Amino acid sequence: MSSTISTTIEDEDLWGGGNQPFKSSYGKLMMWFFIVSDALTFSGFLVAYGFSRFKNIDSWPIADEVFNHFPFLHGVDAPMYYVALMTFVLIFSSVTMVLAVDAGHHMQKDKVTFYMALTIIGGAIFVGSQAWEWKNFINGEYGAVETTGGQIYQFVYKDNPKKRVGLEEIAFEIPDERVQHDSKQGVWFYNEPTLPSFTVDEIITGFNSNPDIVIKTEKIDEKGNKIILSREESLEKINEVKYVVEGANLVRNEYGNRLFADFFFFITGFHGFHVFSGVVINIIIFFNVLVGTYERRGHYEMVEKVGLYWHFVDLVWVFVFTFFYLV
Amino acid sequence: MADNTHKLEIFRGLLKFRSNQSKIWGVLIFLSIVTIIEVVLGIVKPELLMNIFLGAKIINWIFIILTLVKAYYIAWDFMHLRDETSGLQASVVITLIFLIAYLVFILLVEGNYIFDVMYEGFVSWNF
Repeated sequence: MSSTISTTIEDEDLWGGGNQPFKSSYGKLMMWFFIVSDALTFSGFLVAYGFSRFKNIDSWPIADEVFNHFPFLHGVDAPMYYVALMTFVLIFSSVTMVLAVDAGHHMQKDKVTFYMALTIIGGAIFVGSQAWEWKNFINGEYGAVETTGGQIYQFVYKDNPKKRVGLEEIAFEIPDERVQHDSKQGVWFYNEPTLPSFTVDEIITGFNSNPDIVIKTEKIDEKGNKIILSREESLEKINEVKYVVEGANLVRNEYGNRLFADFFFFITGFHGFHVFSGVVINIIIFFNVLVGTYERRGHYEMVEKVGLYWHFVDLVWVFVFTFFYLV
Repeated sequence: MADNTHKLEIFRGLLKFRSNQSKIWGVLIFLSIVTIIEVVLGIVKPELLMNIFLGAKIINWIFIILTLVKAYYIAWDFMHLRDETSGLQASVVITLIFLIAYLVFILLVEGNYIFDVMYEGFVSWNF
């Protein structure tokens, strides 16, 4: 492709006044409007997260203890590695996007196609990774119990407080008649949420008979570590337990403060939805490139506009990564 | 929109690239290095950086600054803000910085205040 092709601006791209404010086309400027307003939406979410965290500064869950899974490394404590990988995937797909934009400036259709395809793959990997992260978060691993006051107690070994104890190791099985209530069994057609695997009595009985296990509270000491009770204190506190919590939902979660799971779902969910819609838009533009729409139009500005959106999604992830996983 | 309008210098002209493509790869390498530093600090958590400075741990200040550095290079080089007019740069950046800084200030102070009320108040929240 020779460099003589000029990407002149059509009349339809111009504003009514005839000139371009900021020497930028209508479409790009509108994309910037959208990005600025969307950035404010995300900062609203993240600042609300900060508000709740400052409000519960002495009991907020520690991200490293929550997000410590890595595919194929079951039971290995691997904090951060997985989200770091996700970050690299997203930054790399940002790079392929900007390379597609650059190829578009040079009117190289094949290169635009190739880089757009890579960008779509990167985005899809990222969304898939986030789904896996959600799966782990929702299912939980060890389980915990909740007190009347809404405090979450986790269980650790007395000799090795770093090692968590799962509910199934603690519970002492007591035969009882309580079964899951389905709508088909009742006179009134309602059912109930899934019952936890163990009852509160089973946990308390099992805990009392196992002297190696102590309670890890959600409170944080001056050094930023969770406070672990002695065996005597634990025996006293275990009687306050009212619920068995496994995994996470919008009401309670096994990691600590209730708001933590809510913010996790809303912020990463809102971001994941942006990535998903970005992938969909990228696919549409990809096929437009493939059938030569922009070749005929004479410029690849549409790739540039969708690129702006895609980089914005990457930019937001940089902040989510910092404030959710690092700080 | 034309081909040769990209500004190819980063780090205030310390590093000048031959083409836009090589600049993109250069920025990728820079962003990767910054991310690796963040991840290593997040895993190692050096004892020295855990001290409190201006209301937060030093390590958290480092994370926030590195995040802003990354944000700058994504916006300036990937989103091509570097090639836009200074008017557009200012409308995007100043608007966001002003509104977000205001929101952060108001809500974090308020969150801190509510923590104090609950912590020092006579009502027990852990019953």
